[in-house]
Amino acid sequence: MRGLAKAYGTLRAVDGLDLDVEPGQCVALLGPNGAGKTTTTEILEGYRHRDAGEVRVLGVDPARGDRHWRARIGIVLQQVGDLGELTVRESLRHFAGYYPDPRPVDEVLEQVGLAAKADARGRTLSGGQRRRLDVGLGIVGRPELLFLDEPTTGFDPEARREFWTLVETLKDEGATILLTTHYLEEAEALADRVGVITRGRLVAFDPPGELGGRHTGSARVRWTEDGQPRSEETEEPTALVAALAARFGGEVPNLTVTRPTLEDMYLALVDEPAEPA
Amino acid sequence: MRTPTQRPGGSADALPPATAARLPGPLALGRSRVGVELRQLFRDREAAVFTLALPMILMIVFGSVFGDQELGPTGITFAQYFVAGMIASGIVYTSFQNLAIGIPQERDEGALKRLEGTPMPKAAYFLGKVGQVCLVYVLQLALLMAIGVALFDVELPSTAAKWGALAWLSLLGLTTWTLLGLAFSSVPKSGKGASAIVTPIILVLQFTSGVFFLYNDLPSWMQQFAALFPLKWLTQGMRYVFLPEEAAVLEVAASFEMPRVALVLVAWTALSAVLAGALFRWRRRGDG
Repeated sequence: MRGLAKAYGTLRAVDGLDLDVEPGQCVALLGPNGAGKTTTTEILEGYRHRDAGEVRVLGVDPARGDRHWRARIGIVLQQVGDLGELTVRESLRHFAGYYPDPRPVDEVLEQVGLAAKADARGRTLSGGQRRRLDVGLGIVGRPELLFLDEPTTGFDPEARREFWTLVETLKDEGATILLTTHYLEEAEALADRVGVITRGRLVAFDPPGELGGRHTGSARVRWTEDGQPRSEETEEPTALVAALAARFGGEVPNLTVTRPTLEDMYLALVDEPAEPA
Repeated sequence: MRTPTQRPGGSADALPPATAARLPGPLALGRSRVGVELRQLFRDREAAVFTLALPMILMIVFGSVFGDQELGPTGITFAQYFVAGMIASGIVYTSFQNLAIGIPQERDEGALKRLEGTPMPKAAYFLGKVGQVCLVYVLQLALLMAIGVALFDVELPSTAAKWGALAWLSLLGLTTWTLLGLAFSSVPKSGKGASAIVTPIILVLQFTSGVFFLYNDLPSWMQQFAALFPLKWLTQGMRYVFLPEEAAVLEVAASFEMPRVALVLVAWTALSAVLAGALFRWRRRGDG
């Protein structure tokens, strides 16, 4: 994907965005509301047409994606409330019929943890169960590439952990996953690489541990001296700790060394003022 | 995004032919859609009542209140006249009302967007709707005829010509009103507001087309208004099917004018096909 652009009137929703995803990777796109995550994803999914740029998804321009291409991708949309009157099994069986080589319905039911709810109507499911059905429908066609758009919004922490386990399983099976999320810990838990989109541009694209130079940036060393808390930011925390150890002749009271969290790096990236035009 | 199957400047043909050959066909998927459409309609009590039961309820209520009134010297009761109008209205309920209210709701729920994201051929969706409409109509027609015969002394069509007319009226009526339903499904801004727009339109057409009142008794401007739309002609055709020959004197032209009915319905079918093609949309305004 090269120089992707999309404007609504004068609003440049996506403004020259480049992104490469390797097969088998899980990539998370982070960014504030209105940053262009969903617009980007929907262009990749073939729902929206771009104004400029070069896009290939599984080797195909999504604006020209045909049924054969659709059979190779799976899409889990935000906010879908359909299929309320069908049972989970009926929905999965019906959607499996659209694909040339679907997974067996019972296998999908197991995978998304809905075997016990197989005969329940869609409208009786909880929010988390509904989302699992959405994922089930997204994977029933054995996609090579799966899009997950904010899949765990509104989940309680336990449901979110269970959902992560499900995504891990799909990763282990070799699927490529493009995930958009508001949750930094979700990106950290699942993604091989994290892309931060703000104002329609990709401002960082790194493994979660290295986002925005997180692994090389300065660390903060805190300790207590003369009853006072002390802290120092340093590029060489090991040297500082060694010096402190020498000074105290052993244990340094209340010693901690912290690197910026993913959240710190994310907020720093997103808060950068707009470049002058 | 790159995958091992990508070729430089890759295109849709960068695909193993085995997969290409095995995509299920639109007809088989259309049949599968009919099953899903029927299940969704009958399990949703509101939609089932509105689409299937409403004309039966109206027939029983109106038929019982005004049923015994005789229309002029013909010996025909209002109930019999009304049965013909309700069967014509049944076409509008099962196709136009069903689709013009149901599709905006599907669009709001994201059902259409989800389908668009799958390899389902779009023809399968429309085949599913057509199949659902036809089966619900046939069921409704049978029930309405049974109620008419059992409660209101309506006689079933007595000649092959009348049965034939019932068949082509149903076919042309369903085609026109199904296409109009697809076209009109893009008019309501939301699924919730759809019935507030669609129901009054149907009521106005019914009042002016001779469903609830004797068409001959309506003011002529009202008759001329209704004559612009297909329900008036369907109703007139159904009177030919379900009323005896003598009832022709109740018509404005003292005849059921069946050739003209056919002509108008064919013209409306063509017009509604153009409207459906131009207006139907898969997504809400502003969504892509």
